Amino acid sequence: MRVKIAGVLALALLLSGCTGDGSGPEGGRVTLRFQSLAWQQESVEANQDLVEEWNAGHRDVKVEYVQGSWDSVHDQLLTSFEGGEAPDIIHDASDDLADFAYGGYLADLTDLLPERLRSDIPQRSWDTATFGDGIYGVPFLQEPRVLIADSARLKEAGVRIPTPEHPWSWPEFRKITEQLSGDGRYGVAWPLKEPVSATLNLSLSAGGQLFHRGADGKVTVRFGAADAVVPRTIRDQAGTDRSASPTTLGSGGSDTLPGFFGGRYAMVPLGFSYRQQITQQAPKGFAWQVLPAPAGADGLTQGVSPQTLSVAEDSPHKKEAAEFIDFLLRPENMVRLALGDWMLPTGTQALKDPALHTAKDGWATGTALAAHLRPAPAQSVRGYPEWKDKVATPAFQEYYSGAIDLGELRERLEEDGNLVLARYQR
Amino acid sequence: MRTSTGGRVGQYAALLGYLVFLAFPFLWLVSTAFKSPRELGSLHPTWIPRDPTLDNFRQAFDEQPLLRAAGNSLLAALGAALIAVLVATPLAYVMARHRTRLARAATGWVVVSQAFPLVLVIIPLFLVLKNLRLINSQAGLVMVYVVWALPFALWMLVGYVRAVPAELEEAAAVDGAGRLRTLVSVTAPLLAPGIVATGLFAFITAWNEFFFALVLLKTPEKQTLPVVLTHFIGAEGVADLGPLAAASFLATLPSLVVFAIIQRRITGGMMAGAVKS
Repeated sequence: MRVKIAGVLALALLLSGCTGDGSGPEGGRVTLRFQSLAWQQESVEANQDLVEEWNAGHRDVKVEYVQGSWDSVHDQLLTSFEGGEAPDIIHDASDDLADFAYGGYLADLTDLLPERLRSDIPQRSWDTATFGDGIYGVPFLQEPRVLIADSARLKEAGVRIPTPEHPWSWPEFRKITEQLSGDGRYGVAWPLKEPVSATLNLSLSAGGQLFHRGADGKVTVRFGAADAVVPRTIRDQAGTDRSASPTTLGSGGSDTLPGFFGGRYAMVPLGFSYRQQITQQAPKGFAWQVLPAPAGADGLTQGVSPQTLSVAEDSPHKKEAAEFIDFLLRPENMVRLALGDWMLPTGTQALKDPALHTAKDGWATGTALAAHLRPAPAQSVRGYPEWKDKVATPAFQEYYSGAIDLGELRERLEEDGNLVLARYQR
Repeated sequence: MRTSTGGRVGQYAALLGYLVFLAFPFLWLVSTAFKSPRELGSLHPTWIPRDPTLDNFRQAFDEQPLLRAAGNSLLAALGAALIAVLVATPLAYVMARHRTRLARAATGWVVVSQAFPLVLVIIPLFLVLKNLRLINSQAGLVMVYVVWALPFALWMLVGYVRAVPAELEEAAAVDGAGRLRTLVSVTAPLLAPGIVATGLFAFITAWNEFFFALVLLKTPEKQTLPVVLTHFIGAEGVADLGPLAAASFLATLPSLVVFAIIQRRITGGMMAGAVKS
């Protein structure tokens, strides 16, 4: 009997301990929930410090910091929106916003944002978060793809070091990687686990557009000569010249670093923020540098999908949420966020900060590329995720591995691809 | 039937291969947890860390509230296991002992219910829990875990109940024991290993569960361990590998310890009385 009573008590205690309390506004004070996806320690600290500073100066509007995760943000937000439980302020990336914006889950910020912020961020960045006539996110951090290079290997080969003012052209890049190869070593390791966004974003430098919007507003895929420049260079490097490692074509960026540190690859094209990982993992004495990605007919242009801050349409405190975003993205605060994430701010004032113009860790090179960043080509194309997964990813993977030629790549991207896009544009 | 020496060697080789296959990811996780960032970036990784460090564990605890998250996970997993067993045991008994059309239909429904993918139920479930004011509540999460574990728990327990000979209960009845007495003194002890195994299944399922916890819990104070582990992963799958491995290693320990302690009892209990000695 005693055992039974103890069991019942244990269950009762367990259940009472499980009961949720539900948090709400305290004494008329507005409470905003800010879901941040910051994940690196420096970045989390920068975000949390800014929230504390806001709370210290705004007794009537309290912001609660909620930690989200890049790994699952889309599904988690979708469920929260459907259930009316979304955070008030949402951190995400511009390429994830289209469905939420068109679905009516995000507030149009056009009339909520102050002129200071509107004019500080260039129009090309606003374009990444503009869907239809509305602005559904404030783009605030972005990263170009750069070449991380083994300084000793470049010096040993005596090659010209490119700068943002005098970058390598794609043919020159190909020649140099060939020069850096041999004896089981490669000039470059392309981490192309996600080949579509990398190829499309870099193809802007050669004038590649791929997606063309007609007068009727409908988008079609056209793979022209400019679109072929980057894929053909990569394919030639991996297949013909043997100057790019064929094994890394299916790898993620982090997977290439051991080979880079071990001297197997002289260069690795990576996102600008990978520098943080490199500073942590590089062997002592290993000298590395940041180089601009090669340039084409359109110079150093490349596509990006900036990180964004949005406001939920269901939020009862949109004005306060927009004020918090404005605070978070003041030039000095935007710099703190950028340094924490090892990325570039979008704001023109923030980009002038001396901390972003030092040679150390390649900051200056990256900052010089900011003016060349444009919205990723697929940014506003409806049906892009399906086109990417079902058509483009396998087609590019097969092309880079040598299984199909350029003609078949073109055929699949255009014919199969346009069938997919047409379904979304009826 | 005797097995030839060659056959026996083949069996052991297959078993060894299977063990290596199962153990490899875990051993690599342990190895990674004790490596410095520089060693993680080495081109020639080794099984035994060259310069073992606890920095990853320190960093993991510094950066994320692992203890609090583990407490939340433990509470949810224990609650789910306990309630699932309490609900499933009597149901399984009825379904196993009374083979009516309804019982057969119920068993079929249990199997069918396993076919529903998570994404299909998550939004309706979210709305139901919202109406019950159980979003962002451990009670709501426990309820979901119980419902999620119940079909399989029921299915498992029905098998265990069927393995207990009905003749034993009839003998007890002949000896004058009432129905409740028979259940408590005869059936329950024989079912104990099955109940423990089922409880363990529910515990492990809830302990490892990620998606429900991610969607249903809002405030950081209530997040469970699998959700907190994802905070070591950044955009495009870039991960803070050392701290992630250290935290993941710690997260697997409770499951390992629980299994290590009671696996002998489970197999012993399942085998007891299987053959006449």
